[in-house]
Amino acid sequence: MELVCPAGSLPALEAAVDNGADAVYIGFNDETNARNFGGLNFNDKNALRALERIRNRGRKLFVAINTYAKPDSFSRWQAAVDRAAGLNADAVILADIGLMGYARDKHPDLSLHLSVQASATSAPALEFYRQQFGIRRAVLPRVLSLKQVQQLAAASKVELEVFGFGSLCIMAEGRCHLSSYVTGESPNQNGVCSPAKAVEWRNAASGLETRLNGVLIDRFAEDENAGYPTLCKGRFMVDGKRQHALEEPTSLNSMALLPELKAAGIQAIKLEGRQRSPAYVAQIVRTWREAIDEVLRRGADFAVKESWRETLSKNSEGKQTTLGAYDRPWQ
Amino acid sequence: MQLALGPAQYYWPRTDINQFYEQMLSTPLDILYLGELVCGKRHQLRAADWLELAQQLAEVSDKQIVLSTLTLLESNADFNWVRKICDNGQLLVEANDLSAVQLLAEAGLPFTCGPAVNIYNQHTLAQLMSLGMTRWTAPVEMSARQLEEVLNACDKKPEVEVFAYGHMPLAYSARCFTARHLGLDKDNCDYRCMEYPHGLPLESQEGEELFVINGIQTLSGEPTNLLRHYKQLCELGIDILRLSPQWQQMEQIIDAFDRARRDDLDPELLPPGVDGYWCGRPGLELIARSGSGAQA
Repeated sequence: MELVCPAGSLPALEAAVDNGADAVYIGFNDETNARNFGGLNFNDKNALRALERIRNRGRKLFVAINTYAKPDSFSRWQAAVDRAAGLNADAVILADIGLMGYARDKHPDLSLHLSVQASATSAPALEFYRQQFGIRRAVLPRVLSLKQVQQLAAASKVELEVFGFGSLCIMAEGRCHLSSYVTGESPNQNGVCSPAKAVEWRNAASGLETRLNGVLIDRFAEDENAGYPTLCKGRFMVDGKRQHALEEPTSLNSMALLPELKAAGIQAIKLEGRQRSPAYVAQIVRTWREAIDEVLRRGADFAVKESWRETLSKNSEGKQTTLGAYDRPWQ
Repeated sequence: MQLALGPAQYYWPRTDINQFYEQMLSTPLDILYLGELVCGKRHQLRAADWLELAQQLAEVSDKQIVLSTLTLLESNADFNWVRKICDNGQLLVEANDLSAVQLLAEAGLPFTCGPAVNIYNQHTLAQLMSLGMTRWTAPVEMSARQLEEVLNACDKKPEVEVFAYGHMPLAYSARCFTARHLGLDKDNCDYRCMEYPHGLPLESQEGEELFVINGIQTLSGEPTNLLRHYKQLCELGIDILRLSPQWQQMEQIIDAFDRARRDDLDPELLPPGVDGYWCGRPGLELIARSGSGAQA
């Protein structure tokens, strides 16, 4: 079971490698990747350095080019694929069908992984990408229950990677326009959700307010932790009730399911968080490395250690975690 | 310009669904999309019932009847539903995810792609056309400019459809937000989304109508309305305008667009709605206001 870890910078990549990542995924510093935040990600020089560190330590490097290419600048996405191929990356993680066609034709030896942004949730959908583009692996959307993951793993002809830990997208990835509806910037085309430039923190008489492009996302009392105004985690009014109508601030944590995921034949666990600090990456990677080693040793006797749980909770949104869609009652 | 009735998004009782489509037969619509788009648990009409209704409508009407597939598939039951629709043997199918595309392409059947299939550029469009796609409904967040760029770069164009009126589907989740609001598990939801034939409005704490909750789907709080952009839609070579079913005033909406194609455009016939996406802006904005004409 491969541990696939995020890096938004060289120090984060080093932290991931030092703490036991089998593979690290990075993006280039533009809208070709789904964590397109200022000051993050890799230019050509840093990507080469990243590769050197990865190769020195015998790990793998994946490059996420997982947004949907815009019609007026398709060449930028093509160039990103060329750059990743030029680096001799171990795989590119793609979502756009047109771009996959380009990668298949131009770089037939380049290994293709299907991004979670492609939202493939059934065996025929996976088969589409395998037959058309020869994808080797797919990252499953965070919308499936454990049972559904198991059924899909039994039917899939490609390797499957699932999310282990990190920010929880509660909508099917690649099929959520909430951010673009409010801010004009979309995860699909711009690689951002609830972009920082649209965020406003305002001290009002009624408490601290968070706004996104002027829209009130939440209002916090003094004793409440004010979270980043992600649209799906705001407090809204439904039927006169003020509530986290979509989801509370929380992170996904599927560590307790590791034995079942391994038994199902899941080949890789992905940790989310290219936007997070090297210190964050170091802590969660070390914790997951220990857990995966433990499940490899103990199989079904695996139990989540309290210290791991604490480390992950401490690094979670709202200091809490959930099994998310893996667990039917959450749905 | 053809007018299409998109697939119904909300959960309506069977008798109401039958009555609704009966009424639609006497409107100037050219195309009717039928089928469950949102939730495979909804059982007022199962796959076989939708097929039967679609076939009945096809027999008595010269409108084109298209069957739409579920958007977010999670279970084998969902997939079997999609397979039944794709295997119908008679009517054109709108694929709303790649599972349906795969089934239809393997069968060598022509198909259309709905707005939740991510076709954002000419290369993706060409790939899917090579597999049998004949009609493309653009993602709701695409602007007029982007559509024009795609179409200008195409060697071969499909029929192009634009979501022109109605609450826009913005997101799909594993979670049922209607059940969550009612304090129910999704597995024991009692199909309560049927109590909300227009969905469940979600407002900001300042009363701004942001979204509409509809089971696992989240829709825009305001309807998109591209009536004011009718001239531009024609100039861009758009073939079909999609009007999304709603329980009330559907005939008025159809009439307003039908008048536009008979050179009798009157934007005041409908509420202003929003047109931000079409204008390359945040989707919730209204750019072409009353009196400002159909500016891009």
